[in-house]
Amino acid sequence: MNTDQSLRLRIEDLFTDYVHTIDDDRLEEWPDYFTDAGRYRIITRENHERGLPAALIYCDGKGMLRDRISAMRKANVFDPQTYCHTGGAVQVVGADDDGIQVRSNFTVIRTLSDGAMSTFACGRYLDRITEEDGALKFAERTVVIDSRRVDTLLVIPL
Amino acid sequence: MSGNQAPEFTWPDDDISRVPYQVYTDADIYAREQAQIFQGPTWNFLCLEAELPNPGDYKTTFVGEASIIVTRDDDGAINGLLNRCAHKGALVCYKPCGNTRHLTCVYHNWSYDLDGNLAAVAFSKGVGGQGGLPDDFETAGHGLQRLRIETYRGLIFGTFSDATPAFADYMGPKLLASIDRVLIKPLKVLGYHSQMLPNNWKLYAENTRDSYHASLLHVFHNTFGIVRPNMRGGVQIADSGWHHRSYAERVPAGDVEIDKEKVRSLKNQYSLDDVSLMEHVEELGDTVTNSIQTVFPSLVIQQILNALAVRQLVPRGPDRSELFWTILGFEDDDDALLELRLKVNNLVGPAGFVSMEDGLAGGLVQRGAVADPAARTVMPMGGPGIEPSVGSRVTEAAVRGFWKGWRECMGI
Repeated sequence: MNTDQSLRLRIEDLFTDYVHTIDDDRLEEWPDYFTDAGRYRIITRENHERGLPAALIYCDGKGMLRDRISAMRKANVFDPQTYCHTGGAVQVVGADDDGIQVRSNFTVIRTLSDGAMSTFACGRYLDRITEEDGALKFAERTVVIDSRRVDTLLVIPL
Repeated sequence: MSGNQAPEFTWPDDDISRVPYQVYTDADIYAREQAQIFQGPTWNFLCLEAELPNPGDYKTTFVGEASIIVTRDDDGAINGLLNRCAHKGALVCYKPCGNTRHLTCVYHNWSYDLDGNLAAVAFSKGVGGQGGLPDDFETAGHGLQRLRIETYRGLIFGTFSDATPAFADYMGPKLLASIDRVLIKPLKVLGYHSQMLPNNWKLYAENTRDSYHASLLHVFHNTFGIVRPNMRGGVQIADSGWHHRSYAERVPAGDVEIDKEKVRSLKNQYSLDDVSLMEHVEELGDTVTNSIQTVFPSLVIQQILNALAVRQLVPRGPDRSELFWTILGFEDDDDALLELRLKVNNLVGPAGFVSMEDGLAGGLVQRGAVADPAARTVMPMGGPGIEPSVGSRVTEAAVRGFWKGWRECMGI
């Protein structure tokens, strides 16, 4: 799709800011990348391709997005860990009244406190992006992970 | 090397509340478990009838480390077959699922029907009168090894052993009834994922039977009243000790002393912005919010609020295991109930608010266990036996029941 280059740059900036927010552990800011009714799902490629709806994480609205972070900070117990996202292959696939549809690839390397590093997840972001008060926001971000298998646990959003 | 070889493992005494750490780390014990537990007198969950609706449907699964093919044949019957070609031992099915007329090994095209009988051998007559099968080769004796199969309320179980009792007798009436309670209607699969656990499979088997930890490790249980120590509930244990069910009801059990200063999970109180995922439609005819049932050795049947799932435990070496989650609903769910299940599902699985710590806890024990294989755990709560518990889940009786079953299968 032929996209205005300035819009394309704004989308790429959004993606860049998003991954740095996660990788820098500024997760309290993470829900602000979404609209108030924003949906966020992490789903396996198998489920996605077979039309099976169950996700590993499903947030419907900003309240649930915030709850993911407060649970992580206050309730859940896990080995200290950090992510390093890399991304690319950004493709604007369509646009309509509901927003701009964009797909891109990502890889997350996870590092644990004992130094162990692994390719924790890779796959696609399938996004619907809208403009709100002059800023681009995710109305919907579906994270399709290629593997059905999660190593130990998934607590930090992808 | 024989001078360095460890003596064959024996349990030091009759005490099932003290487990030697060696059982979590020892490669020989792990190998014996494959033969004596997974291929011994046990019913192993394979998959769901709902995953094989049509003749020709197949799915691959595991019994212990062994790869298994489950098929629905033209008569509508379910077959469980060891996924190992009679010729050279290659996996016949290497895809997770599909629909087929024949199960054909790609290596040399030996082909089996859906019942596992050897139907065709490539070049069986040779080429130009040369080669081929000897005249006295009997195809009848070279099918895929069959497992005995039983289905119960949509669950498919298989066993390698002729000694395994009928499934109803294996479970006993109490724990059969608790399956009946949850699987009340035709099931629908809502999705799959799996979780690698950094621990021996038995540590997860213990964890699911350990109702003592639920309100201590999992803050979410307490905060949102799914399982609190002072909620009514209990632990049912099969007479054999092998299987259990732990449950909690949203009914206060009266005043129970909880020292908030010492219970970490009660100290950090917080609230949810969006409580919609904690809604509960009482669809099973009671007020139970949490019901976790095991079927020895490898199945967990889960109801947490409206999140239904089965979890299949597969060993992946002495210090690794893989937990396969199949997320369930009922065929007749309306859109609202489906949406609720998908939201409540946030509580469980590898990213579950109340279950992600289970991936951590087993790994912590695994890392601790290596220090001294001869040392033993201490599990006295509600003990020392395998008595069921009414009114309290602060017991390790079901864990001890697991070890009773383990020792009986292993002859240790």
